Amino acid sequence: MASYRTPLSRARGLGAAGHGVGHWIGERVGAVALIPLTLWAIYAVIRLAALDYYGAVAWISSPLNMTLMVLTIAISFWHMHAGLRVVVEDYIHKTLSKTALLLLNLFVCGLAGALAVFSVLKVALGGA
Amino acid sequence: MSPHLQVWRWHITMATSILHRATGVALYVGALIAAAWAMSLAGGPEAYAGFKALMGSPLGKFVLFGLTLSGFYHLGNGVRHLTWDLGHGLDVKSANASAVGVFAFTAAATLAVWIIAGMTGAL
Repeated sequence: MASYRTPLSRARGLGAAGHGVGHWIGERVGAVALIPLTLWAIYAVIRLAALDYYGAVAWISSPLNMTLMVLTIAISFWHMHAGLRVVVEDYIHKTLSKTALLLLNLFVCGLAGALAVFSVLKVALGGA
Repeated sequence: MSPHLQVWRWHITMATSILHRATGVALYVGALIAAAWAMSLAGGPEAYAGFKALMGSPLGKFVLFGLTLSGFYHLGNGVRHLTWDLGHGLDVKSANASAVGVFAFTAAATLAVWIIAGMTGAL
């Protein structure tokens, strides 16, 4: 039976989604950004370990510290989500378990990352 | 499983690959601890003192030491991966040498950070 669909219409949507390269480059750009940010974060932990609550509030209220902390948290959680996503996709092959774990990974990273960012901003901007 | 543990004999580049994933998962937990730090700071002096006491306990220090090792390993091996992505160091000899380099960097950097932490009153 003759089809009214054109050959182009039948072919569309069957190949790669077309954004694989952008995804791959995005993962690496995040990783490159994390090189200086994690080194700074290690320095930050050493500084913060020697400070009490009031010292920590004063430290995080510095615009540079606040900005680097928020960037470190945001890019780390994004990188973590991408990393654990690959681990789940490699080892879990049942559709239901895989989907559930991918959603859990996304929600945990989104929730914990947002909580961390807004907590830092509340303290740094609010003079808590 | 990837890499195929049942098929290949143990070799150092296999270990670095497995450890990259293992340390990534460990750092995932570490980031959740960092989120707990931020929330305790937003919670006020009492919550923050509780968090600091927990992380300053022997168990907390043990976890932080493991996270330092994991962080420097993942950082060093991450740079190794980025170098591969640029097309360099992919032959077996270079890959084996850079694997040893990453292990040496991890040990030296972790030791240096904990010595600095000890000297600056962070412990």
